[in-house]
Amino acid sequence: MIPLSWYLIFAAGLFVTGIFGVLTRRNVIGVLMGVELMLNAVNINLLAFWSYLYPESISGLVFIAIVFVAAAAETAVGLALIISIYRRRHTVYAEEINLLRG
Amino acid sequence: MTSLQIVFLVVAAVTLFSAGMVVSARKLMHAALFLVLTLMGVAFMFAMLGSGFFAVIQVLVYIGSIAILIIFAVMLTRNMMDSEAEASNRGWQILAPLSLLIFAGIITILSSWHAFTSVRDLSGTAGEDVVALGKALTDPNGFAIPFELASILLVAALAGAIYVAMERKGGRG
Repeated sequence: MIPLSWYLIFAAGLFVTGIFGVLTRRNVIGVLMGVELMLNAVNINLLAFWSYLYPESISGLVFIAIVFVAAAAETAVGLALIISIYRRRHTVYAEEINLLRG
Repeated sequence: MTSLQIVFLVVAAVTLFSAGMVVSARKLMHAALFLVLTLMGVAFMFAMLGSGFFAVIQVLVYIGSIAILIIFAVMLTRNMMDSEAEASNRGWQILAPLSLLIFAGIITILSSWHAFTSVRDLSGTAGEDVVALGKALTDPNGFAIPFELASILLVAALAGAIYVAMERKGGRG
């Protein structure tokens, strides 16, 4: 039997890896991959809480489904933006995308 | 150590290693392929948590579409990829200890929670009730409005993605 803490520690590790990727990647597609890792870590946490603490409740599962939908929408729009930026500015590096620089 | 725990530790180690490769691989294509491995490990975790339905959804949605989308984007922007170029920005020496600090903070806060070490035997559970989930999603007293909002979000994201990525003729759009 696996204690709940193992899943939480694993998800925390995945989340922190995602944060590190978001903050350090120069390539915007790499940043998006970091966001995906973070969303997955959140999903593991939600499912672990549902499975260990509230297995009878259905709302935890609905929450996970909504997170899936949000992740799919985020990726589609994010990649469309990246493709559009690449077409106009011929770069995918985050530090060169500075059109909104104040 | 039961065999289930050993399997968990092996999968967790593989998943965390490939997650590390996702954020540190020099070639973005390798990072994308390691992302597929990480998502597979997460799907395995879902299955171990007793949710076969979401394990399948994870494979379908994440590996089947999101990972493919990311690989497409990597290939479409490929000629920009200079394999000699630095993959990480200069801040990573500061950010690596900072990330470990965040990890330690999360674990410290979680370990003070009373349910942190709760154990439940999941081997006998039947998994989630997909029929009940489907009924709850379409029940007006349940989650019909979040469900409809999610579908509106998906349509808006679809239309927005097509509009943003569309090549407009005649100057800047």
